[in-house]
Formats: sequence, structure tokens, C-alpha cells
Amino acid sequence: MGGYFSDIFNGSKSLLIGMGITFREFFKPTVTVQYPYQTLKMSARFRGHIELIADEEGNPKCVACGMCQRACPSGCISLDSVSVDIEVDGKVKKKKVLSKYDLDFTKCSLCGQCVENCNFGAIDFSKEYNLASTRKEDFHFNLLKRLEERNA
Amino acid sequence: MSTPIQLRPDETFILNVGPQHPATHGVLRVKMEMDGEYIVKSETVLGYIHRMHEKMGENRTYAQYLPNLSRLDYLGALGYTHGHVLAIERAAGIEVPERAEYIRAITVELNRVASHLFWFGAFVMDLGGFSPLMYAIQDREHILDMLEAVTGARLTYCYYRFGGLYNDIDDDFIEAAKRFIPRMRKSLKKYAALVTGNIIFQKRLEGIAPVSAEMCRKYGATGPVARGSGINFDVRKNEPYSVYPEFDFDVPVYHECDSMARYKVRMDEMEQSLRIIEQGLEKLPGGPIMAEKKPKNIKLPVGDFYQAVETARGSFGIRIVSDGDKNAYRLKLRSPTYSNMHLFDEACEGMLIMDALAFMGSLDLVIPEMDR
Repeated sequence: MGGYFSDIFNGSKSLLIGMGITFREFFKPTVTVQYPYQTLKMSARFRGHIELIADEEGNPKCVACGMCQRACPSGCISLDSVSVDIEVDGKVKKKKVLSKYDLDFTKCSLCGQCVENCNFGAIDFSKEYNLASTRKEDFHFNLLKRLEERNA
Repeated sequence: MSTPIQLRPDETFILNVGPQHPATHGVLRVKMEMDGEYIVKSETVLGYIHRMHEKMGENRTYAQYLPNLSRLDYLGALGYTHGHVLAIERAAGIEVPERAEYIRAITVELNRVASHLFWFGAFVMDLGGFSPLMYAIQDREHILDMLEAVTGARLTYCYYRFGGLYNDIDDDFIEAAKRFIPRMRKSLKKYAALVTGNIIFQKRLEGIAPVSAEMCRKYGATGPVARGSGINFDVRKNEPYSVYPEFDFDVPVYHECDSMARYKVRMDEMEQSLRIIEQGLEKLPGGPIMAEKKPKNIKLPVGDFYQAVETARGSFGIRIVSDGDKNAYRLKLRSPTYSNMHLFDEACEGMLIMDALAFMGSLDLVIPEMDR
């Protein structure tokens, strides 16, 4: 019988302690961010989708070696190059120039293997995370075109 | 004139829990044969989120398989990646710098605390309390912010590499981790007063859902489930790996075998993880974070390799059978919740359905990790 009453007493006490804790939380500052009215700044190492990097003249640093394409576990990068003649010190040389760099973001798992395997520092992560669409085509990025748009 | 339906007194009905049900925490289906509120027989149906992770391991190179490991268990992803890189490093004979191993241990333990915090919140929510979930998520947010700043992702980290790490931790991380430890200790006291001491919580868990040590051994249950049944087994202590032998920490073991014991094991584990993080930050050596001698394309020698690690849910094992090629001949993942789930069917016979759902919560299920 004693256990019965002590249970009631201790039980009520535990409930009051709990209520006290939740009541104190009322007066603590709000920690939630009211997205989309407020947004957070992404950290410096945030891995978004990849983006081509331009050199000083605005051309892509990419030499179209295809390391990123081979490293990608999901096969979401496809690139192509054309060979053009350029004049260096009066001699005509052939040079590979990037002609296409497509990213299929629907397949990408943001692992970062492509950036890590690039020996020329030609690709980097963007800080973009507001990516939502009902159309699949919106996630097929033409990175060369995006680079040109950024240059313009 | 229709005749009224005659029910036999011993008649049972089938109740489907899931595959879409909040208490199953994912796409898990449990077919329960019910006699009123009591469970007569239960049958777990798995495979709703099977993604062939083992098969993927066979047709990708070892490095390409890295992101897959974080997608097994979305709450404690680092532990699984740790097992994979350790297995490959041991098989290929890659020396890992000490600093990298310390950072791995620190981040794994942070991830374990984050995982247990989320479990804590979800578990109490299964029992009907909502506020603890919000408080737990608030604390977990600090860990996610810290890990995001270092790894670049919030859940699917992909941070470890064969022979080291993706990138080094900075002073901000160390500062944040040092600030987090006392804060978390304060929170643990709050949780003890708010939840553990609560009479309703105690009455719903104490003596409910007994899982004997024998049953744990029969089904291969590991982690907090086994430790709540009095089995003192922790891979970090019993088969030490990484730098864990250099840390001073205890393995919480409870002998009550009930849902409360499993709850207490996890709450104590958080404190022990904080101790490991504290010591790790103190002892953190300088130096490189990547092995100097490392083959560019990793090929394992012919053989059979196994590595077990202690994740937030129990013992995770990865077995790689190599035929000398750059991808595995066979890759087997032994996931802890898969084994832990299997004792559910036997243990919940004759239980009330409300208790069975509380029991399911105490097993800490993550369905993508179970189905792989």
C-alpha cells in the first residue's frame, strides 16, 4: 500500500519537474530559421553541384582529359573536345579545347570524386542548394553555357 | 433477411503495420496476427527499400563505392564509411597517419551522439511525447553544423579516404567541439530529468519487452540491444581498431533486458562518446592527414578480408572477397539492425500492440540500412 501512495507522489513530482523544464524553454531564444524568408549561408566546404572554373581570360581551365568522367561512380558527367590549331611562337600547334561539358544532376550523389580527381583545378562545387523542379530536364546542366553566362 | 456475423471467440485478425507508418521509421512492413490488442504472431516483411548496395560494390571500383556507404544508415553514416576504409587499408597495407585516425575517431563519435540524439527524440515521440524531439534536434543541429563545416555535407558525408581524410579539421571545428561537450552534458541532465524520470515513460518501458541474452546470441543482435541484455560486447573494446585502445571509456551494460535497459545504454553511451571526443581533442597530434605511400588505383591482393566496427546501432561488418581486380569479386555487408530486427518476431509474441511499438522504437531501426 505504501508503494502505491509513494508512486502517486513521486509520479506527480516527476511530471511537475518535466513541466518546469518545458516551461523554461518558453523563454529561451528562438533557434529556428524562417526559411524561405531567412536563409543560412552555406559553409565554405559545402558540396553543391559542380561548376567549371575559368582562367584569367575567361576560358575554362578544363583540358578535357576526362578524369572526372572516369572517376564518377554514377556516370553523370559527359564531356567532349575538339582539336583546334593555335599559333605559338610562329608555329602551328594542335590543342584540345573543351566543346561540351554536361552534368546530369539527377544521377549525381555529390560525393566529390570528380573535384578530387581533377589535376588542373578546373571544377569546383557551387554553393547552390535551392534546386527544385518538377521537370527532369531542369537538372541537365550545360556547364559550359553556365560559365559563359557567368562571364557575361 | 441477413444473418448477423458470428465471431468465434478464438478468432484472430491480421493487422498491417507499415510499409507506410510513422512508428516504423521508414518503409518496413510488419504483419501482425492479433487477438484483440494482443499479438499472437508477427511477421516482418523486408525489402521495400532494397537498393542492391552489395551488387553495386561488385561493379564499381573501391573508391567509387565510398559514397554508397553513407547511404546505408543516414543517421550514423561515418561509422559505416570507417569500416569500409579500414577494411581496404588493412587489405592493401596502407599506413594511415595518426592524426587522420584521431580525426576519424572524433568525427565518428560526434556522429554517434547525433544518431543517438535523433533516436532519443523519435523514441519518445513514439511513446507520445513531442517536446524531447525538438530539444534533441536542437542539440543535434550543433553536431551537423560542425560536421558540415568539415566534410561539406550534413548526412551523406563521404569524408574518409583510403589512407586518410578528404580534408583537415580547422581550429573552428576544435573550438566548436569543445563548446559542444559541456553543452551536451547539460542537455543530458535535462533529458534525464525530463524523460528518464518521467513516471509515464518508466511505466511504459520497465519490465516491458524482455529480450534475453540467449535470444540476442541466437539472432546475432549487437550494439545497445545486446548490451541492454547484459552482453558486454563492444567491437571498440573486444576487437580494437583505429585508435580506440588509446581512449579511456566504459561500455555501459544493463542486465534488466527490458526496453528501459536499452534506452539507458544509449543515454550512457552518449556520455562515453563525449569522453572519447574530449580525449581525442586533447591528444590530437599534428602531421599529415593523408598517407604518403598510396597507390593511385587501389587493387586488393587476392583474398578474403573482413572488418568489423561499432556503429551507433551495433556491430557493422564488411567482407570483401577480392580476385585481384580493381573492384571486389563479392562484397558482403553485415548490418546491425538487420539482425536486431529479427528478434522482434519472437520477442513480441503475446505482447500488447502499444508495447510492441515501443519495443520497436527501442531497437533503433534504420530501414535503408536493414534492406541495403
